Amino acid sequence: MANVISDDVSKQSSAALDGLNEHTLKTVHWHFSDETGSPFWLEKKSSLNFDPLTDVKSFEDLKKFPEFEDEWLRGGPVDRWVPKGHAGKPVYVFETGGTTGIPKSRMVIEDHWKDYELFSDTLPDEHFPKGANWLMLGPSGPRRLRLAVEHLAQHRGGMCFCIDLDPRWVVKLIKKGWMEHLEEYKKHCIDQAVTVLTAGHDVQCMFATPKLLESLGEALEDKGTSLQEVGIKGIFSGGTEFTPQWTRFCVEEMLGGPVEEGGIYMTPTYGNTLMGLACSKPVTPADNYKISYYAPQPRAVTEVVKFDDYNQVVGYGETGRVKLYTLTDEFFVPGFMERDEGEREAPFEMYPWDGVSGVRPFHEIATATTVGVY
Amino acid sequence: MITLSPLRWGKPYESLEHHDVVHFDTGEPIAKIGNVGGGIVGRDMKQAHKARQALLQFSTDDLIEKCKRAAVLFESADLTVGDSVQSVDDFVHQQSASTGLPEHMCRGNMSKNSFVLSNMDQILECLTRGLDLSILSKGFGDEGRGVTVSYQAQTPVLGAILPNNSPGVHTLWLPAIPLQIGLALKPGSQEPWTPYRMVSAFIEAGVPATAFGLYPGGHDAGGAIMTKAPRSMIFGSAQTVAQHEGNPRVQAHGPGWSKIIIGDDVVDDWEDYLDVMVESVLSNSGRSCINCSGIWASRHTREIAAAIADRIGPVDVLPPGDPDAALAAFTVPAMATGTWGMVQQDLAESGVEDMTASFGEKLIERDHCAYLRPMVVHANSPDRAVAMKEYMFPFVSVVECSQAETLRRIGPTLVGTVLTADQQLIDAAGMCVDIDRLNIGPIPTNRLDWLQPHEGNIIEFLFRSRAYQMAEMPVATA
Repeated sequence: MANVISDDVSKQSSAALDGLNEHTLKTVHWHFSDETGSPFWLEKKSSLNFDPLTDVKSFEDLKKFPEFEDEWLRGGPVDRWVPKGHAGKPVYVFETGGTTGIPKSRMVIEDHWKDYELFSDTLPDEHFPKGANWLMLGPSGPRRLRLAVEHLAQHRGGMCFCIDLDPRWVVKLIKKGWMEHLEEYKKHCIDQAVTVLTAGHDVQCMFATPKLLESLGEALEDKGTSLQEVGIKGIFSGGTEFTPQWTRFCVEEMLGGPVEEGGIYMTPTYGNTLMGLACSKPVTPADNYKISYYAPQPRAVTEVVKFDDYNQVVGYGETGRVKLYTLTDEFFVPGFMERDEGEREAPFEMYPWDGVSGVRPFHEIATATTVGVY
Repeated sequence: MITLSPLRWGKPYESLEHHDVVHFDTGEPIAKIGNVGGGIVGRDMKQAHKARQALLQFSTDDLIEKCKRAAVLFESADLTVGDSVQSVDDFVHQQSASTGLPEHMCRGNMSKNSFVLSNMDQILECLTRGLDLSILSKGFGDEGRGVTVSYQAQTPVLGAILPNNSPGVHTLWLPAIPLQIGLALKPGSQEPWTPYRMVSAFIEAGVPATAFGLYPGGHDAGGAIMTKAPRSMIFGSAQTVAQHEGNPRVQAHGPGWSKIIIGDDVVDDWEDYLDVMVESVLSNSGRSCINCSGIWASRHTREIAAAIADRIGPVDVLPPGDPDAALAAFTVPAMATGTWGMVQQDLAESGVEDMTASFGEKLIERDHCAYLRPMVVHANSPDRAVAMKEYMFPFVSVVECSQAETLRRIGPTLVGTVLTADQQLIDAAGMCVDIDRLNIGPIPTNRLDWLQPHEGNIIEFLFRSRAYQMAEMPVATA
């Protein structure tokens, strides 16, 4: 029963909350102190009706902040987001959106490395062997995901092979209704992946978006081979909507069954440029392939909040909108309303804090969302 | 509540993902449909050849007989549909409840589908111009003229992305089965009823279940059918049709812009044709591509418009079970409000007059649906934008245009009824490539002769006529 929390998990959960409160305090002080804070937040401080340095004493107090507007991330100068405490360090700029108009940009120094090193600890070595090479079958260009996966491969002692994939062109093709071009572009991307996988590079692990994984599996089958035969042992997938039905299809029909039968381990992830990466509770057929994500607390937090009050979490098992918090020394997001909704999940031993399941586009904006090949 | 599961070459598949079909007026769920994604469709399409192989086990004559049996079952029997037994009345209630069509129209569409199935032998004879159908099975043969003819099937299955709101269009894919071509159908999210019941009737009549794939789902599932099936048909907007123009793999069906043209020789007697005009505009709540959206004449156009308005202007919303109900609901209210906005733009143009203005409010909004009551507008010239409009409710523009100019100006016309005895006009209409189906004389645009091809001949779409030469092999010498 997901909603029953054992005493042990309750204790763990309480300890995790203490840690989160302490981490929140430290993070807020870092971002709002004149010596270490970023120009953006120091300027913002003057428009707040409270003093973050004295009035934020816990994670709950972050609700005093107005909602983080991702529109703030559009346009420059992007270095207004760099905390003074990190002045002089090399900075990456990652973008999201940007099919038309100015994309949203986020600066990163080492957050993507740290997030993926933490994620690495959750990967079973048996299926993601240390030293094995990786394939990154996802967007290229100014994307956090591309460099993060490469770092993950390197962190685990391997190298990462990448493809060229411009998701902005994909969205344009869909909007123009150029479906034949879309199909050809997808083939172009998959051809690159097949080439890497069949060129003797000892690639055993990969990242792929669900749609690209589906296409890759199909392309390999058309060539008379399979993901297993080309040596893939572990896949982590994400980047677009991930449903239990798709997972079931993937496991049962594409991967030849659960890992014990098919030999490939596949785990869903949920993330974005703002937050990083949330891991999934192990997905099982017994649980109808239910997917529950848990953020890497305390660096990031997800809440499921009421549709009519974004400061109120819903009850366990209830539906609400996903709210994200990012609390690192590089980036501070005190509550961003994600374009997704889902059900609130209870803590458990592995992740003694709230999770979210059934993630899908927020019903009020779902019709306007374009999900392409990637 | 009935649950409809995807069908994968005859095998029901229990999906983990469902969507509810809701009652158009109350919003209450009436069915639960399991969805699949493009991946499953893609995998199944690799086995599509088995659908054709299963059908090739039967002769075309056998399959035609099974169609006739299926026609009876479809129209009169209790059939297992999804997880329930469905009577004819259940079907009619369910279809009306989800599409907003009055029940008597649902029964009318049911009869139409059944009629096509039960007359399949004649339909195929006409579409093939009397070809021995075993030639389609075998791929080649002799018609009796001593010349080999060959027709090669271009696909093992016909894919179809079916519409949400037009239960009449299903007649178009029915001939696939007796032609020994399997079916991969994506049912409309609000009108799964006809494909599910029809497939059930086919199977009950002895057609192998392996011949059928039913793939409810989103764009992803539809996209996969279109991409993987070598031949598919899609029903959509003008934009959908434009998107697939010139693609030999796709037969796209969209708006019809069907019209009635009144020749100068009979226009003074226009009242004689009022019934034809009214039926053409109002039948099936004006939803079909074969409903008349334009009436063109050189004179009396205001009087014609006023007379049609007098007949259809008073038509009001009635409960769907009422035998006199003539209007279907817009199950997505935004479609009605959006359409109403476009109509208002049309009316704002100088030279355009709403002849139904005195018959009360047109947009009727309810909690979960909306209606648009019939409209007749007069356009004093073909230059008015409304002359080329078609909407999903009884709406017609009566356009004043000289006879000499009419055929050059009418634009794409799926059904063109030409009211004239003037041989010159008849000849010109026969040569006008903008008209697809041509009716000469007082034939309402909605009355189709099923023995003639509709928007392309399905035989030509599914089969390719080609050369096939044979010579005796020399006998090997010992």
